[in-house]
Amino acid sequence: MPNDIAFYLIAAFTVAFAAAAMTLRRLVHCALCAAAAFAGLAMIYLQLDAEFVGFAQLLVYVGAIAILIVFAILLTRGDEVRPGHSQSSPSWMAGVAVAALMLAGMAMAILLSPSLQHPAPSAAVAPVKQIGGELMTRYVLPLEMAGVLLTGALLGAVVIAMHEESDVKQPARCPASKGAEPDEAMSLR
Amino acid sequence: MNALDSIFISALHWLAGLAPAPVRPLVSMLLIIAGLMAAFGTCFALATILERKTLGRMQNRFGPNRVGPFGLFQPLADGIKMLIKEDIVPFSADKTLHFLAPLALTAPVWMAFAVLPFGRNMSAIELDAGILFFFAIGSASELAVFMAGWSSQNKYSLVGAMRAIAQMISYEVPLVLAAVPVLMAAGSLSLPDIVQAQSGVALGWVPRWNIFTPWGLAGFALFFIAATAESNRCPFDLPEGESELIAGYLTEYSGFKYALFFLGEYLGLFAVAGLAVTLFLGGWQAPARWLEWFPSWGWFAAKFSALIFLFIWVRATLPRLRLDQLLNFAWKFLVPLALINLFAAAVWWKLPAAMAIRWLLCAGLLAVPYVWLGRHWNGVTPKRRHYGYAQ
Repeated sequence: MPNDIAFYLIAAFTVAFAAAAMTLRRLVHCALCAAAAFAGLAMIYLQLDAEFVGFAQLLVYVGAIAILIVFAILLTRGDEVRPGHSQSSPSWMAGVAVAALMLAGMAMAILLSPSLQHPAPSAAVAPVKQIGGELMTRYVLPLEMAGVLLTGALLGAVVIAMHEESDVKQPARCPASKGAEPDEAMSLR
Repeated sequence: MNALDSIFISALHWLAGLAPAPVRPLVSMLLIIAGLMAAFGTCFALATILERKTLGRMQNRFGPNRVGPFGLFQPLADGIKMLIKEDIVPFSADKTLHFLAPLALTAPVWMAFAVLPFGRNMSAIELDAGILFFFAIGSASELAVFMAGWSSQNKYSLVGAMRAIAQMISYEVPLVLAAVPVLMAAGSLSLPDIVQAQSGVALGWVPRWNIFTPWGLAGFALFFIAATAESNRCPFDLPEGESELIAGYLTEYSGFKYALFFLGEYLGLFAVAGLAVTLFLGGWQAPARWLEWFPSWGWFAAKFSALIFLFIWVRATLPRLRLDQLLNFAWKFLVPLALINLFAAAVWWKLPAAMAIRWLLCAGLLAVPYVWLGRHWNGVTPKRRHYGYAQ
């Protein structure tokens, strides 16, 4: 079955990059490997004929979230490799415990979910139009909730960023305003 | 359909027919890929010489004119020069990422050509969500730019990469939002369907291309601006601003890797220009019925070339923006206008068709915010400039 071979190849790709994302030394390498693992997941979706989900995964995770992670690493300067430091952090046991709990919880939710009782539909290709219709009718409330939540997060981020900017600006303006009127200095900006 | 129109499809069928039956799908796929790479590789070479010639003409100089007649063999000379140049990798660079970055930029861009319809029945794969595929593939180039900038271990490279990513993320929002009214009009995410939805004429002579509606015109302008920024071209080319950052994330690249970056940039421009033709300029449709003797791929090529010329013209005309102006322009001007455009398109489809008032109303809905936003988006009310020292 060529389909099975493709699945195993993609799965091996995804797992390998996920493992690399956890074990590599430099954080930027880890982030890039995580992006590759996201792309592998997208390939698995595509192999399951879920076109929309696959492309959305690529667009959101590889295009946006990986960039976000990379920016966070660069801005916090967490990238420096400290010599003589052990590779794993001392709290790795706690991390493993949390991961195991997460896995158990998700496995239980998936195994107990009613959708496993039905046999898989033979033609699982959901057209984009149908997905859009469902999102706007049956799942409109979760969609709106997610939208409100994200807007709130966005506004919070803007508020935090604006606060910092005004702190930095204050001392910088004094020497600049020597020559010109303060109002004019602002309007030039 | 006439033979000239389907000449590429017939050639493909004939060539694939020479192969034994079991491998025929594979062979035809490979032939399509080879054809696309040959066509757009040639386009790349032609675009470089066209760009240098046009820039020269607009700046009142000759441009390249030494190699071959009218300097036409200049791309060949450049290619050979790039191939035999020494490939220098900085000592402290991250070797693997430094090597992978040009590949990671170029490979996805080639994939974007797979969904574009170049003529009647001429798209390599017909996806139900073709335009989504296009944007998803395009978003991979940001990571490649980051890889290039970070792996060089050079401050100029890193700053250039950060600028490029900030710019690409910001302008991706208006780019996608400008395309959404077209999707609403066509009721589909598939690019051949979008071209089909723009067939026919209104009022007896105006082709029903999206650009001839108010929201289409505004959408095209927004899309064009955002596409210029996405492909890092002047006036949005400050990730590579030579006078400030040497060459941005390309600083530590030389030889063929530099050429690959250049190729990736031009191909990205071609892909997004092809998408603009498909979304707003009616794709491969002829502008009038009596012009349909010209093959559909010829119309696509004509519109595509005109658009590429427009990009070059803009580059020759406009000065470079400052970084804060660039980002403010995206978030405070383009994004709100794109959202208003979405609303105007909805109004357009709710009003009865074939009404002059519909055109006027939608144009007004767009023109008023355009003027108001244009005057106030940077928080400064425009007043007469005062040149204190120059007088």
